[in-house]
Amino acid sequence: MTHETHELARVAVTHVGYLWLIPLFPAVGALWNALFGWKLQKVLGKKAVHTVAVTAMFAAFAVALRAFIQMKALPAEERFLQDTLWNLLTAGRLRVDFAFALDQLSMMMVLIITFIGSLIHVFSIGYMADEPSYWRFFSYLNLFVFAMLLLVMGDNFAVMFFGWEGVGLASYLLISFWYTDREKAAAGMKAFVVNRFGDFGFLAGLFLLFWGLGGAWDSARSSVLPTYVADASRAPLAYAANAAQHAQAVPLIPVAPAPAHEAAAEGHGEAAPEHGALAEGAEGHGEAAEGHAAEAAAPAHEGHAVAAAEAEAVKVAGGPTMNFRELRDELVLNTGVKEGLLGQKFWGVSLLTLVGMLLFIGAMGKSAQLPLYVWLPDAMAGPTPVSALIHAATMVTAGVYMVARLNFVFSLSPSAMGWVALIGAITALFSASIGFFQYDIKKVLAYSTVSQLGFMFIGVGIGSYWAGVYHLLTHAFFKATLFLGSGSVILGCHHEQDMRKMGGLKKFMPITRWTYLYACIAIAGFPIANGFYSKDEILWKAFTSRHLALFGTPTPWLGPAIYVIGIIAATGTAFYMYRSYYMTFTGEYRGGEGHHATHNEDPHSAAATHKSPTSIDAQCSDGAAHVADAGAHGHGGHDAHGHAAPGHDDHSHGAAAHDEEDDAHGAHGGHHGGTPHESPWQMTIVLATLAIGSGLTLFLGIPTAWTGKAPLLEHWLEPVVVATNDVASRFSLMGGSEHANHQMELLFQGIGVAVAFIGWLAARALYKDNKHEAALTANIERFKGIWTVVYNKYFVDELYAKTVVAGSMGWARVCSWFDANVVDAIVNLAGTVTRAFSNLDAAIDKYVVDGLVNAVADGTGALGTGLRRFQTGRIQTYLYGALGGALVVVLINFLIK
Amino acid sequence: MKSNLGKLAVWVVASALVIGFLVVMSGRALLPAVDANPPPAAGAAGLPDLLFYALAALTVGGAAGVALSRNILWSAIGLLFALLGVGGLYVMLSADFLAIAQLLIYIGGVLTLILFAVMLTNRIADVNVSNVSAGLYGGVLIFVAVVPVLLTVALVTPWNIGALPAVAYTTEPLGNALLTRWILPFEVASLILLATLIGAIVIARKEIKAD
Amino acid sequence: MLQVSLPHFLVVGALLFALGLVTVSTRRNAVGVLMGVELLLNAANVNFVAFNRYVIGDVSGQVFGLFVIVLAAAEAAVGLAIVLAIFQTFKTIDVREADLMRE
Repeated sequence: MTHETHELARVAVTHVGYLWLIPLFPAVGALWNALFGWKLQKVLGKKAVHTVAVTAMFAAFAVALRAFIQMKALPAEERFLQDTLWNLLTAGRLRVDFAFALDQLSMMMVLIITFIGSLIHVFSIGYMADEPSYWRFFSYLNLFVFAMLLLVMGDNFAVMFFGWEGVGLASYLLISFWYTDREKAAAGMKAFVVNRFGDFGFLAGLFLLFWGLGGAWDSARSSVLPTYVADASRAPLAYAANAAQHAQAVPLIPVAPAPAHEAAAEGHGEAAPEHGALAEGAEGHGEAAEGHAAEAAAPAHEGHAVAAAEAEAVKVAGGPTMNFRELRDELVLNTGVKEGLLGQKFWGVSLLTLVGMLLFIGAMGKSAQLPLYVWLPDAMAGPTPVSALIHAATMVTAGVYMVARLNFVFSLSPSAMGWVALIGAITALFSASIGFFQYDIKKVLAYSTVSQLGFMFIGVGIGSYWAGVYHLLTHAFFKATLFLGSGSVILGCHHEQDMRKMGGLKKFMPITRWTYLYACIAIAGFPIANGFYSKDEILWKAFTSRHLALFGTPTPWLGPAIYVIGIIAATGTAFYMYRSYYMTFTGEYRGGEGHHATHNEDPHSAAATHKSPTSIDAQCSDGAAHVADAGAHGHGGHDAHGHAAPGHDDHSHGAAAHDEEDDAHGAHGGHHGGTPHESPWQMTIVLATLAIGSGLTLFLGIPTAWTGKAPLLEHWLEPVVVATNDVASRFSLMGGSEHANHQMELLFQGIGVAVAFIGWLAARALYKDNKHEAALTANIERFKGIWTVVYNKYFVDELYAKTVVAGSMGWARVCSWFDANVVDAIVNLAGTVTRAFSNLDAAIDKYVVDGLVNAVADGTGALGTGLRRFQTGRIQTYLYGALGGALVVVLINFLIK
Repeated sequence: MKSNLGKLAVWVVASALVIGFLVVMSGRALLPAVDANPPPAAGAAGLPDLLFYALAALTVGGAAGVALSRNILWSAIGLLFALLGVGGLYVMLSADFLAIAQLLIYIGGVLTLILFAVMLTNRIADVNVSNVSAGLYGGVLIFVAVVPVLLTVALVTPWNIGALPAVAYTTEPLGNALLTRWILPFEVASLILLATLIGAIVIARKEIKAD
Repeated sequence: MLQVSLPHFLVVGALLFALGLVTVSTRRNAVGVLMGVELLLNAANVNFVAFNRYVIGDVSGQVFGLFVIVLAAAEAAVGLAIVLAIFQTFKTIDVREADLMRE
């Protein structure tokens, strides 16, 4: 391994004004289909719907390509495209923009998402052709792509989190796409709820990191700081004096929760003269004062050209930020922020370790790692293109992407890295073993996905970020191929997902078979496809890593241990993938009546994809157009497949079957007896493209040991995963020369291929052509106990049902009881008291207040009655009064005089 | 009975007040004033003086008839004499135009109007009923209370009496005064008359039923 | 004393006034009340003209007298019209009976 040593510098930013177009197209497509899709589909047919959706996807891909070309033209260190749309919030020193950014890593992600996303949209045209809610499907699919693009293109945590939640929503919508089926709706909810656990961790980690960077807003800390002055930087001298003054003040003031305190003391000593007058005070202040420096340097942040020019003089200022780039600058360039963060402890645990672990919990949820993986197999309830796009190629890799994106954070904490890698390894082995005995083809692929995600986390966990990301890339291709292949198989077998009812399909669907086989080769790890290169790179790096730690304790043995776990998991991978291949494509076709009895034996298999009665009704009313549609994609042959009942066309068949029973296929004798058929061209062409992609992407990762040069992708990603450089020295065998290491690597690659062979041969021996069913059954009987445990996925779901679900249900019941008895009692008591009080009040009102009012009224009335007598209305009476008055005046006049 | 008792009490109180008032007036204010202003020396009384007394008697007698007669018709006739007497007094005061106006307007207009009203509102046989005097006692009290005061003022006050101007026709100066100095009150008076004309017609006319 | 001078006229005016007052205050007949008012006005007029003759010496007192006569005529016209209206309504002109607005 040769590492060019880069002079680390700030990320040079190139502002481009079109990045927003990339997520815009899917967003517009989603909105369009959501609002008008229903009408469009009715008036113009499904073509209009998928034209919009697919066009949006290809447009996004085109813009992404444009960005890629522009990025390619830039020097490697300046490959950072940025596009700020508007300001989301500004709070004190924190500024969050709605901004997109593309660096090499997110560029790769965007290309994967838009390219594979486009292909899967095309695939869906064929796969979903029978679906009445066609427009809804494409709207969701576009929505997902939009959210995913937000996730990977976000310039800061906020935008990333929008995307993070957006993909969760889209995933939920698509898993529960056939929401009339309770089980599928529940699967969607399960995915959503499990992801909430992860999101909690993600947010907690994010906030903790933010807090650690000095983003505390509690009064105890901020009282130390001078109030934020927006243009403080314009008067640097005065400001520096201010900060210096505070630096002196700090030791005197007890800073209650400040984890920065030690750092502050530390920083005090090294208030070095090489810092400018501006930075001096800030350094002295340590953590707390770094924020000021951030302000002071804010203009420099804006104009990077200036900053770059005086690179050696300018220190990157610390301070709370949500921007990835600024965070990277703070942590990578030596500003004391790193030291400050490393020194912090939170509840006795190193802050960074805690941050890493919490962020990884978020990744666990999204990327289905132990113990939050349980939603992913259930998510297979969604349509197969969804499984391929979301639950294999893109969304589930968001966690890997996030860890890779934050490599500079994770690299600072070997404990967090060890944690990530260990969880990844255990997940890889664990779910691979579950994959051994699943019969539902999509379940096998689901566990395989979980397992492969485990491999990716091994990669990013041990610090070989490029390898993890590379595996993400290769996995996106071969797993999409596998999923779409399984979709093709499922469609070909008339919505049958049980592999025991397949077999011999290679005769009927050659393209599907060859692409599936090639993807199996890729995932199993033979060097003729891409999977080998990424997986072996990961395992090799795992074996050579010595820097991992667990909970603060250095554990040099962890790397090799992970390697061993990984290699076993890789063997298992090869085994179960070939098993699925052999069960599906070789032997004789077993679909038919004979298997009906066992059809739904697997308690966990999602019910076969079927349509709800209501949607069928709608479909039937669609009439002739739909029949034509069906014919076009190959279902027209249904009648020839031996529909026994006369007059059954596609739709009435479906309606009858599903009205009666979920899996009533068998009742329609002969339905499964029909020959499976190859899928329509929209699907096969996608399969072929993806398979070719699986082949071509291997050239991105030809290992150094073969060519002496860094792999293309590693080279491409190098500026992003700067942290790799940091730990590069750790990737070496003790005392081994470079050449020896390469020899060693070749040996390990040989081991990798060997275990792939072992897995393959084992699967071939057991499952090829379905010849050994009896022996298998006998073996199952022999190891009934273990088999049952593994087959039932180690009863994890049941365990969760017993613990988490039952626990929360119990807690809910307790809360309910509490609510019903205590809270209600309090409320009722309050109500009673209030009523009593109001009765009292009413009495007071009635007798006292009303009494007073009435007394006033009565008094007035009585007075009026009395006075009425004087107001006789008779002129004479008044005259008497006037005269009397006049006489009195006269008298007074005389008397006074 | 109770109301009668109450009324009696009111009258008693009123009488006491009037008597008290007179006593106080005479004792504290009147007598010293009379003492301070001895009446001027009497001159010889001529024919015009006798004529004055006759006219004054006619006036006061007519007014007393108005006040005291039980019959509204006699009251009206008493008013006639009183107005005639006042007209005579105007002549004695050398206000010839006013005297003529008094005759024309009061006696020829107002009194005729009053008589019409009497005729229209009463059957002539019923005059007694309609002119019942309310509490003659009250009238006496008022008279007793007011007259001494007015008389005292009239007699005791040292009037600044200048030389009597020569008797002259007043019609021309009146006309001049009305159309120069008093032009605004004159116009207002004409407006009032117009308004009265319309108002009296509107008030007194019979309602014409819409049906 | 017997020679006629200002106080003589004033005394006549005072007596007229007092009798008018008595009339107004004792009559129940509305027409009678109006007659009393005429007496009062005449008493005032006598005073105006007397003062005009003995004190002022020009015609302004007579102008006032003239206005009073005009107003008296107007008052009589309106008052009698009201009396007629009251009579039409109440079939009486007893001022004590016309008390609808009293209640």
